[in-house]
Amino acid sequence: MKLLKCHRGVGSRAVGEALVADDNFSARYDLDRLRGVFSRAQHRLFGQSYVDRVLVLNTAKGGVASAWMLYEMKASGLAPAAILFNRANPILAQGAALADMALCDRFEDGDVTRLIQTGQTLEVDPEAGRVLILD
Amino acid sequence: MKLTEKETAMLAGELGEAMRWAIRHQIQVGRMLDAEDTVAVSQAHMMADPESLGEAGVSFLEHLAGQGGHVAISMITDPRGVDLDHYRPLGQSEEMAELERRTIAACERMGILMTNTCINYQTVMSPVKGDHVAFGDTGVVIYTNSVCGARSNFEGGPSALAAGLTGRTPRYGLHRDEKRRATRRFVIAEQPRELTDWGVLGAVIGRKSGSYWEVPVIEGLDCIPTSDEIKHFGAAMASYGSTPLFHLAGITPEAPTLSDVGGDRLRRVIITREDLRSMRSGFGEKGDRIDVVVFAAPQLSIVEMRRLAELSAGKAFRVPVIVCTSPQVYPDALRMNFVQTIENAGGKVLQGTCFYNQYAREIGEANGWTRLLSNSSKIVNILGGYGYKPALASMEACVFSAVAGEIVA
Repeated sequence: MKLLKCHRGVGSRAVGEALVADDNFSARYDLDRLRGVFSRAQHRLFGQSYVDRVLVLNTAKGGVASAWMLYEMKASGLAPAAILFNRANPILAQGAALADMALCDRFEDGDVTRLIQTGQTLEVDPEAGRVLILD
Repeated sequence: MKLTEKETAMLAGELGEAMRWAIRHQIQVGRMLDAEDTVAVSQAHMMADPESLGEAGVSFLEHLAGQGGHVAISMITDPRGVDLDHYRPLGQSEEMAELERRTIAACERMGILMTNTCINYQTVMSPVKGDHVAFGDTGVVIYTNSVCGARSNFEGGPSALAAGLTGRTPRYGLHRDEKRRATRRFVIAEQPRELTDWGVLGAVIGRKSGSYWEVPVIEGLDCIPTSDEIKHFGAAMASYGSTPLFHLAGITPEAPTLSDVGGDRLRRVIITREDLRSMRSGFGEKGDRIDVVVFAAPQLSIVEMRRLAELSAGKAFRVPVIVCTSPQVYPDALRMNFVQTIENAGGKVLQGTCFYNQYAREIGEANGWTRLLSNSSKIVNILGGYGYKPALASMEACVFSAVAGEIVA
């Protein structure tokens, strides 16, 4: 078990299996939201399901649409459990706040895409600003 | 966060449930982004197309309207996802149109002005230097910050709505002086000549900047860009880099000189011819067949409509050509005969929508469109994730390609 400290985030506590890539994120640009997979061919997670995973990525990119999309994704049951970034942008913070999805960034120990490996089980506590690696 | 007396009352529910949702949302976002308090805003602009909203988002808007939510300031909207006068021919469903009608009804109940435009800085009310606003649409925000010298973060739909309701927004990011200083310095080696060149240049700078928190300052331009040129430049930069602000040394209002934004202390990075060539290289080649040509993202100004009409006059398009403009420009373009000229060549002019937020995946599948050609660097970036193989060319080359059915230049 390992504890990672980060900046205070938004959303409620969440648990899930990590899906990690040194790449960026936009719900509009990168996802097939009807099938729950990454659909942009150039994305490092292309073809992988993000449903119920804790996405661990570098930063948010692109437009404002993600702010609504996270809410609809959660309502339809095809959403990540949480998202961790090295640095979020305001849009993802706003979208996660509306959707009540756990979102954190700015990790004290450095690059979060290197601190966490795909497949590890994580517990994300945005209010406390900490992420627990459970295995 | 430090709250005003009125905000404390909002939080206690004394001003209604819609207001309580709005201030709670702003506090959550503000805390994460280190806002100490809120700042009054003069206008809000909301992106809320039904594809992004989905059933859940539309129900959310209806719920707020049902709770008596009403905007406290001027609040306008970004393009719609369905042109209700022209959706069946595009392959859009009755269900999509119904979601759109419900969105419009909910917004109108809350007192929102349905301007349906992403070029409000050209057509509705351009904000003044130093003004604080809460704008959505990244192209609108980057233009507002950089060209107008007004102040806005990217406010996604929920946050723009919260700002419309409370009349304020959390004071983080670009509302603060220190976040508007340059962090990256770029020097132009090749001058952009037409709109697509400006878009490609913006895209390269956006990709090199790479984060919402970087502010590029650019040197070496030998002309003052037009509003349309800087619109394509900014929209592409925001799309590729999530960049909300740039400075052009000696041109934009906060950077009379390089040192005014702290650019003199930064390392110079040259934007080379190879950078520009490499950005274009992923987007189609001469001789590639095309399924559809799109002019949008951002919506076309009256000046772009005139140029497109001139190029289309007397032509016969072999593939569908879709043109998106704002409901403010459309009647002018109709009166000046630009719409008829474009449609006589076989094109279709839509008003109040933008192609990429009108169910691009579904209309692509319904019409068998994969190979899409556009002069917008922004749209070719977005549509890769929607199942398209997008290609990029100048407006002139797009028109000639539409006639030939393949990319001609």
